[in-house]
Amino acid sequence: MAKRIDVSGLSAYYGAHKAIDDISMTVEPRSVTAFIGPSGCGKSTFLRTLNRMHEVTPGGRVEGKVMLDDENLYGSHVDPVAVRRTVGMVFQRPNPFPTMSIFDNVAAGLRLNGKYKKSQLNEIVERSLKGANLWNEVKDRLNKPGSGLSGGQQQRLCIARAIAVEPDVLLMDEPCSALDPISTLAIEDLIGELKERFTIVIVTHNMQQAARVSDRTAFFNLAAVGQPGKLIELDDTERIFSNPSVQATEDYISGRFG
Amino acid sequence: MSHAIQDRPVQTAVRHDPLRHARLPRWSPLAIAAGSIAAGVGLGLAAGWHSRIQWGLLAALFFVLGTYAVTAKVEGSRQAKDRVATSLVWVCFILAVIPLLSLAWVTISKGLETLDPYFLSHSMNGVLDAEVGGGIYHALLGTIEQVLLATLIAAPIGLLTAVYLVEYGRGKLAQAVTFFVDVMTGVPSIVAGLFILATWNLMLGFGPSGFAGAMALAILMMPVVVRSTEEMLKLVPNELREASLALGVPKWRTILKVVLPTAIGGITTGVMLAVARITGETAPVLLLVFGTKLINENPFEGAQASLPLYVYEQYAVGTDAAISRAWAAALVLIAFVMILNLVARGIARWKAPKTGR
Repeated sequence: MAKRIDVSGLSAYYGAHKAIDDISMTVEPRSVTAFIGPSGCGKSTFLRTLNRMHEVTPGGRVEGKVMLDDENLYGSHVDPVAVRRTVGMVFQRPNPFPTMSIFDNVAAGLRLNGKYKKSQLNEIVERSLKGANLWNEVKDRLNKPGSGLSGGQQQRLCIARAIAVEPDVLLMDEPCSALDPISTLAIEDLIGELKERFTIVIVTHNMQQAARVSDRTAFFNLAAVGQPGKLIELDDTERIFSNPSVQATEDYISGRFG
Repeated sequence: MSHAIQDRPVQTAVRHDPLRHARLPRWSPLAIAAGSIAAGVGLGLAAGWHSRIQWGLLAALFFVLGTYAVTAKVEGSRQAKDRVATSLVWVCFILAVIPLLSLAWVTISKGLETLDPYFLSHSMNGVLDAEVGGGIYHALLGTIEQVLLATLIAAPIGLLTAVYLVEYGRGKLAQAVTFFVDVMTGVPSIVAGLFILATWNLMLGFGPSGFAGAMALAILMMPVVVRSTEEMLKLVPNELREASLALGVPKWRTILKVVLPTAIGGITTGVMLAVARITGETAPVLLLVFGTKLINENPFEGAQASLPLYVYEQYAVGTDAAISRAWAAALVLIAFVMILNLVARGIARWKAPKTGR
């Protein structure tokens, strides 16, 4: 199911402000691609253009092409709602729906999109929670509110919710930045398992994390505050962290920057 | 040497308060309050003021000034300011509560004289003004029907308007709607009544009815519902909307299944408070529902009664029996609004997003 993402000439705007400028890259299927770079360089904005969440922000606008295998996400007859079913997203702060139980949270994407039998839902919810390594911790309290879980559990609940709709690509926007090291480790292990089935793109500020979980790493940078962010280079993670081809990447990774 | 001194500007030493200082005993605010009440009453008696309110205001003034003087003397000026702020809060709280309690007390004590099951279950049919007896069944029925109809009209329109303003509204139209909602909040109830009178009754030629009154009440209710719902919807974190959209849920379903359920407690409270507000309206009811002594169960045909209007009519009659009926009806009206409020709070608590483990 995992699909290749092929971005060409993509720029994103907030009103008149250009946030990212002319980005082209390829994200391989069944791999983890990490985006690193200083704050404000447009990593998250770029991530949000990959499932058309950017245009949800008032004034958000995108130019360029994002090919998912052979379909342009920004083609003229493409439904953004359908795109988001194909390209799932996990956010920085865990955001389970407060009115719903753990079960309902995981089933939300399915229930809100169509009709499923109770037995089908049970099966998908169990499979998703197991996929998110959360099943053993919550199987006895599926009817309790999701907001009662710890932060790390909530984030895994959000991952379970995202993979329950069986997307082709999973986007993660700093999924561990609000979590402690143990929960972070749990989620990093999970990412390693999920890449067998999904194409994963993860934004992170933690370079060790990028080095640990990703196969490929993209470094973003911006010339100055207020300037649009640019893709500096994209390469195998090993190469980026040992022998990057651009000086700015090396400066950033070795901490000589900003 | 002198050169070196010039180089280093003289530093002002930063003063630190000692960690320990004299403190007033814990009972001192009470003592100051007792003292100032005694002083207020004493001075009031000495000056021959008749009004207890003047005594009370004098005592309040003494309390604030006395607190400041005593604390400044013993504890220092920062603590004195702190205590004055506290005492002002207390004085204002008491000033606000006294009229409220006295209103409740007077209404309850006078209302209970006449209030009994007979009063609640009978109309004024055939009861003479000076005669004891009669009841408010017709008025209670009228109020419930009119308020229900008004809510059925105003709540959906107000709710959808608020959803439009928060979730969809951008640009000129949304600004215009917000502006006119604000203007409508300030429309006097008699104007709303006259508007319906002019259009529904005079232009379209309908007679007085509960429904006509309900339309005027709906006009008064709508802006309150829009405003409160709008505030509640704004409180729903954007992250929840994004989480739902990112699952591939269409926007309308996101609003229906995620945003509204999250805010439903607050929305219900807002609607109930709006209902409470219109329940006590007299002017539009006087113009449009007209009032009657008889039971009229049909709100769409013929004059009806209503509780505030009943209170007004009975008071205008002026006989002892009628005024007693007016107090009892006022008590029922207050109780009705209070029950609505309690129901609203119950629903809000029941529906609020759960955080428990």
